[in-house]
Amino acid sequence: MATKAYKKIYTKLEAITKATVSLKAAGVSNDELATVEGRLAQVVKTKGDLVTLQVFAGTEGIPTNAEVSFHGEPPTLKVSDQLSGRFFNAYGLPIDGGPEVEGEERQVGGPSVNPYKRRQPSELIPTGIAGIDLNNTLVSGQKIPFFADPDQPYNQVMADVALRADVDKIILGGMGLSNDDYLFFKHSFEAAGALDKIVSFVNTTEEPPVERLLIPDMALAAAEYFAVDKNEKVLVLLTDMTLYADALSIVSNRMDQIPSKDSMPGSLYSDLAKIYEKAVQLPDGGSITIIAVTTLNDGDITHAIPDNTGYITEGQLFLRADSDTGKVIVDPFRSLSRLKQLVQGKKTREDHSQVMNAGVRLYADAQNAKTKLENGFDLSDYDLRCLDYAKDYAVELLSIDVNIKIEEMLDTGWRLFAKHFKPEETGIKQALIDKYGKWQ
Amino acid sequence: MSTFGKVTGIVANLVTVQVDGPVAENELCYIKLHGTDLLAEVIKVNGDKASVQVFESTRGLRNGDSVEFLGRMLEATLGPGLLSSIYDGLQNDLTTMTGVFLKRGEYTDPLDHEKLWDFTPIAKPGDKVIAADWLGEVKEGWLPHKIMVPFSFKGSYTIKDIVPAGQYNIDTVIATLTGEDGEQVPVTMTQHWPVKVAVKGYKEKPRPQKIMETGLRTIDTFNPIAEGGTGFIPGPFGCGKTVLQHAIARQGEADIIVMAACGERANEVVEIFTEFPELIDPHTGRHLMERTTIICNTSNMPVAAREASVYTAMTICEYYRAMGMRVLLLADSTSRWAQALREMSNRMEELPGADAFPVDLSAIISNFYSRAGMVVLNNGKTGAVTFIGTVSPAGGNLKEPVTESTKKAARCFYALEQNRADQKRYPAVNPIDSYSKYLEYPEIISYLDAKIEKGWVKKVLKAKTMVLRGKEMADQINILGDDGVPMSYHETFWKSELIDFAFLQQDAFDAVDGLCPLDRQKYMLDLILDICDRHFEFDNYEECRAWFKRVINALRQMNFSKWGSEDFEKFHTQLNEILSENGN
Repeated sequence: MATKAYKKIYTKLEAITKATVSLKAAGVSNDELATVEGRLAQVVKTKGDLVTLQVFAGTEGIPTNAEVSFHGEPPTLKVSDQLSGRFFNAYGLPIDGGPEVEGEERQVGGPSVNPYKRRQPSELIPTGIAGIDLNNTLVSGQKIPFFADPDQPYNQVMADVALRADVDKIILGGMGLSNDDYLFFKHSFEAAGALDKIVSFVNTTEEPPVERLLIPDMALAAAEYFAVDKNEKVLVLLTDMTLYADALSIVSNRMDQIPSKDSMPGSLYSDLAKIYEKAVQLPDGGSITIIAVTTLNDGDITHAIPDNTGYITEGQLFLRADSDTGKVIVDPFRSLSRLKQLVQGKKTREDHSQVMNAGVRLYADAQNAKTKLENGFDLSDYDLRCLDYAKDYAVELLSIDVNIKIEEMLDTGWRLFAKHFKPEETGIKQALIDKYGKWQ
Repeated sequence: MSTFGKVTGIVANLVTVQVDGPVAENELCYIKLHGTDLLAEVIKVNGDKASVQVFESTRGLRNGDSVEFLGRMLEATLGPGLLSSIYDGLQNDLTTMTGVFLKRGEYTDPLDHEKLWDFTPIAKPGDKVIAADWLGEVKEGWLPHKIMVPFSFKGSYTIKDIVPAGQYNIDTVIATLTGEDGEQVPVTMTQHWPVKVAVKGYKEKPRPQKIMETGLRTIDTFNPIAEGGTGFIPGPFGCGKTVLQHAIARQGEADIIVMAACGERANEVVEIFTEFPELIDPHTGRHLMERTTIICNTSNMPVAAREASVYTAMTICEYYRAMGMRVLLLADSTSRWAQALREMSNRMEELPGADAFPVDLSAIISNFYSRAGMVVLNNGKTGAVTFIGTVSPAGGNLKEPVTESTKKAARCFYALEQNRADQKRYPAVNPIDSYSKYLEYPEIISYLDAKIEKGWVKKVLKAKTMVLRGKEMADQINILGDDGVPMSYHETFWKSELIDFAFLQQDAFDAVDGLCPLDRQKYMLDLILDICDRHFEFDNYEECRAWFKRVINALRQMNFSKWGSEDFEKFHTQLNEILSENGN
């Protein structure tokens, strides 16, 4: 943050809320940073000569005669290759005891890519998890969140996915991360010997919630440096976006804005889109892929946060515990990768989409059978076969502990179809059944 | 003399300006920021304070920055070269912008001023003309693009002179008109029109007369949309809204497609401009992109331009309609536009309506839908704008203000359903909740009588009833159990499943099944209804289910095969064999 030779100091606050302060000041520009009693703040509103500042660390203990000075520019991050392997806080300052990063100072939260300059994502990101690779294939340049209840192991799955994905850089944006989870990420990255390709921006639960609002912008500014300047494939992990949205609602509430659904600000959709749309496949080979976590309240996806997210992201991966097998599975009904058809059957075997659809359809039949069973009805032979199939399918394909190649997933699919069904019950094109079917 | 002003307040993209002269509602202005001009639109005036919404990020803007008002509203530039263009919401050409990132305040020209067009006059000196009359035409791709008397011309004119056939650029004066007061006005190939005002310049707007084919069975047969009609597709995320809309865009029987990507994902726009140039229009054999214009304000682009994007798109549609063309406008999604209105209304601290949306939301939506329609032009020819919008209801709940307001305005309703999508029954259009008001129009009924066969609509209603009865049976079976109901319940249920699986479901990604022409739709519906009319004997429900599954499989394999091909006949024979196994 540049220091100017002469900086006017203001010492009279007109109003203080839990997240904002207001004062009379002149020549202030929109979005610029300020320091309020040593805490970082940002201009969010001006009206006449009254300026409202959002104080990231909260306003506890700030007096009406607090010292306020303006920096003259919005939040920035110094970018260079020195970012690699480092851990930073929400302001982009090192928290790993290392030296400050030297590099070009860039504004965070910058402009978006011209849609015309984008390229269509077409590179598959294999994860080894069949619930993802087979049913919801990921593509570089995609943005997709995990929807999971807080008790699901989403951070572990995300770390697995990140370490298995073939990318040049992994950028972690941790918002409201518990200290344990922060250390978990740090240790998994270290253990995998991947630390040098990882950059982390972390706000833990011990730090003020409003600070979180800076994390995605910081992480994505770093990502853009590697993807745009260095033409690298960058994977950005954002966890947990629900806590980010909560911080948004705190600020808008303190500014007396009329809330819309679920007491979220009316601009939630645009606020989230600004982050997720940074995912891009660039013309010169660089790409930014975003995998995020949105925690749910008891699986409720109609809440404003997951709902708006779902409309922005290119699908979602839904984790749930399967009571029949005791496994955590990637739910095939509620998960979706919107970009999967860009690679399925193109970068993978031709039978991919039909095997996927048949697999899920039969699993749906099993769910119907289960409902019948629960309602105390007799099950038909087909119902029983579906239930058997569902168990195999959950263990061998849907479970998150699966780690196999995509061809193997397809072959497993055909093997399960042959074990439990007749060819015509799968509804697959005859030509593919003849070529890949495993019926004797 | 223009009006000037100074910035006095900033909240996100709402800026308050103190003005020194008259300003108009919706007037444009430039806010000067270190040599960059940011375009903004007046949305409220109170005394000498104007509230303007800025179409760009306001980062770095200060109180006291100067503002210049432009004395005009937001206008679309209309002329040859609109097709195959990719514009942002303010009609800046995205393809001619430099750099990977969008630069603030970079405004590019929508049309190419150098390009020469082959002009042929239609009118001749001495002809009396009024606004929207055709003066001549140029070939835009393979489409005859009419050069018209600008829509803004009032009263009647006499053509003084018109250039002979030849090559001209869009700025060449191609005709001089003499007004009623003797004033001489030059006309070029381009004109401007304020996007929020509907283009008139036609004789009348009759009721729709025919349907617009989409090649999608669940639409064309079950709930057809009229040419010049309106429809909307609400649905939770992940229900295949985008896939459905793209299928309509690819296959819709229209001369021109305008796609407005309003607050949606950038990659969806990329998909259109990557795939459309490769795809062939099934109706003309030409490249799809040649008849397509894309207006995109993706979700990360400035919010205020979202509203502008749908209006810009509609104005371009109306322009082509005035040339006697059939235009299809697809807007995805009108909810994002409504949300943009909400953000603005919220920042202006207006009293909110339901769900914090502005109270006039319903009026704004119905006003927009009413700009679609078939028209009879002054020269007796017809043109049409068919409009299909998508709605993204929060939480998939259709009882929300945008869906409810749209339901009042649109004539077709294609209800995408989570449940169907979960079961991969695509397109996930619920056949029972969805409707097309056009099936009640006598004009459309007699059109379908002539186009397909007499009594077609009755047949469609019969199929719909069977689906509904199947649903009732399924409910009974779920309550009473497979054994607790008579066999006829199972039979009725499976007949409705037959219609669902073999007719309503369609694989949008399959080269053959994706596009089903009307005559093939009739053939398949006849085949399926014939099966439904018969009575079959089963010993138990297991047998019933297994037998119908085989019938469905044979019919689906037929859907995947080229019509009339060897494969098609093979599966047809297979179907007949399965049918002959069971009784009558």
